[in-house]
Amino acid sequence: MKLLSNIAFYLLVGVIVLISVFPFYYAVLTSFETGTAIFQVNYLPVSFDFANYWSVLGARNFPRSILNSVFIATLTVAFALVLAVTAAYALSRVRFKGRGAVLLGILAVSMFPQIAVLSGLFELVRFLGIFNTPWAMIMSYTIFTLPFTVWVLTTFMRELPVELEEAAIVDGASPWVIITQVFLPLLWPAIVTTGLLAFIGAWNEFLFALTFTASETTRTVPVAIALLSGASEFEIPWGTIMAASVIVTVPIVALVLIFQRKIVSGLTAGSVKG
Amino acid sequence: MAIAAESLMAAPERGISELRRQRQRAAMRFLLPMIVALLVVAAWPLMRTIYFSFTNTTLSNLDGGEWVGLGNYLNWRTLSSGRVIYRGVLADPQWWNAVWNTVCFTVISVSLETVFGVVVALVLNAEFRGRALVRAAVLIPWAIPTIVSAKMWGWMLNDQFGIINDMALSLGLISQKIAWTANPDTAMAAVIMVDVWKTTPFVALLTLAALQTVPREVYEATRIDGINPIKVFFRVTLPLIRPAILVAVIFRTLDALRMFDLVYVLTPNSAATRTMSTLARENLIDFDKFGYGSAQSTLLFLIIAIFVVAYLKLGRLDLSGEARR
Repeated sequence: MKLLSNIAFYLLVGVIVLISVFPFYYAVLTSFETGTAIFQVNYLPVSFDFANYWSVLGARNFPRSILNSVFIATLTVAFALVLAVTAAYALSRVRFKGRGAVLLGILAVSMFPQIAVLSGLFELVRFLGIFNTPWAMIMSYTIFTLPFTVWVLTTFMRELPVELEEAAIVDGASPWVIITQVFLPLLWPAIVTTGLLAFIGAWNEFLFALTFTASETTRTVPVAIALLSGASEFEIPWGTIMAASVIVTVPIVALVLIFQRKIVSGLTAGSVKG
Repeated sequence: MAIAAESLMAAPERGISELRRQRQRAAMRFLLPMIVALLVVAAWPLMRTIYFSFTNTTLSNLDGGEWVGLGNYLNWRTLSSGRVIYRGVLADPQWWNAVWNTVCFTVISVSLETVFGVVVALVLNAEFRGRALVRAAVLIPWAIPTIVSAKMWGWMLNDQFGIINDMALSLGLISQKIAWTANPDTAMAAVIMVDVWKTTPFVALLTLAALQTVPREVYEATRIDGINPIKVFFRVTLPLIRPAILVAVIFRTLDALRMFDLVYVLTPNSAATRTMSTLARENLIDFDKFGYGSAQSTLLFLIIAIFVVAYLKLGRLDLSGEARR
């Protein structure tokens, strides 16, 4: 009986792992296949042909898209973190009238459907003359990176021992000194986690990037992959698409696996405790 | 633990009121940049979207829109024959189709994600060899960008060369190849399947974090008493982790209601899967009906706002962390 339930348990574990990993495994498999090999269903690797990778990386626009994505995601996250660290200090350590209202507002913005601001942002982007430039994305991504980073950092900062701050206050430290000299060194792990999660969010964003870009050179990676087309309309270049997918996914998966424990704590802090 | 500082800061009579005011002024200065940023990128665009929804603005002429009142939402005109013709989003069968699709997608995918997520969390909470590896594997679907998973599954679900058809055929589940994403009967199932695959890890991780706070002694005690594990789960474990599951469900529901990218890439232009977000963007950008699309965006915003307000009321959220003090 015990043996039987053990077998059933490991069977379940096996199924979970297989379902989780197989699609990506199959994408990697396909990315190494060219010509007719692609159109035969293989469960095991049959070829190691880098041709798809060379064709993606050799194409003029795909490396450009990667650069665009790195630039946009980095700047978005840096901007959000700078604003969020000070805001989170105010929201977590200082008691003032309207604190609940500000937190409620931040929570409400993080729940916005992106499509609801699309027309207004489109007008703003046109008005500022940043349509089809990275700045359109850097500005619009703030709508989801900023509330998220503020929320998570506020949760983290609440947990820091109050004695630290008391000692600093007694020594006559100003709030700015308290943030930069006392809290920042303790917050690094939280900042790295939050920044990483915000980076992933910005890296994966699709709706704004699709709407605010108009040429191949300004596309971000998700848009480039979604619109990757072959020589003709009916010929979908699956091999190249899979190679491009693997290139942009491997760094993200690696980061997530390296930081997995921290990410779990970040996700739990980001979701509101009822 | 926080009581000392709060009472320190809340005691004006001990000559600390000046310090307290200084801290509050600093707090305002710290908050201002963030509030300005959110007003510019969130509040202002939202107001403009709502304004556009009352105009007949077109994409090619953003400033040339005229006020049409509620015309985009509903308007009617009586023909000479006496028949009344209704127009506007609320009389648009495409809109109601999108609402229906979105609701179906949300209810089915969130339910499945919750059930599978809890099962995966229970498995990961058990002690067995290789648990760390299994947890890493489970995280992979969550880490893959949505567009990439849409393309990956689009390839696996391909009618001619897809591996899913090959598997199903050799297992005898289907008798002929199915065009999963193109066929209106299976397109929604395909979208739900990919979404469940991608977001079950999120539910599983949040549930697992809650499961790990349940003291081991609880399980020890029930095991000694010889209680059926299934009974233990429903009577003991589930009530303890219910708040965490609820949070995961709410976050997933909000995400599902605004679903855009997966549908856009996996089943483009399919009426069977068109959601509120994809329909609104189609009108805004592709069909040059900026005002009409804005009305649809505004309606989606209202639906989600009602949902959020209900959640905040029902959840009685501890927003400022006061309850911990």
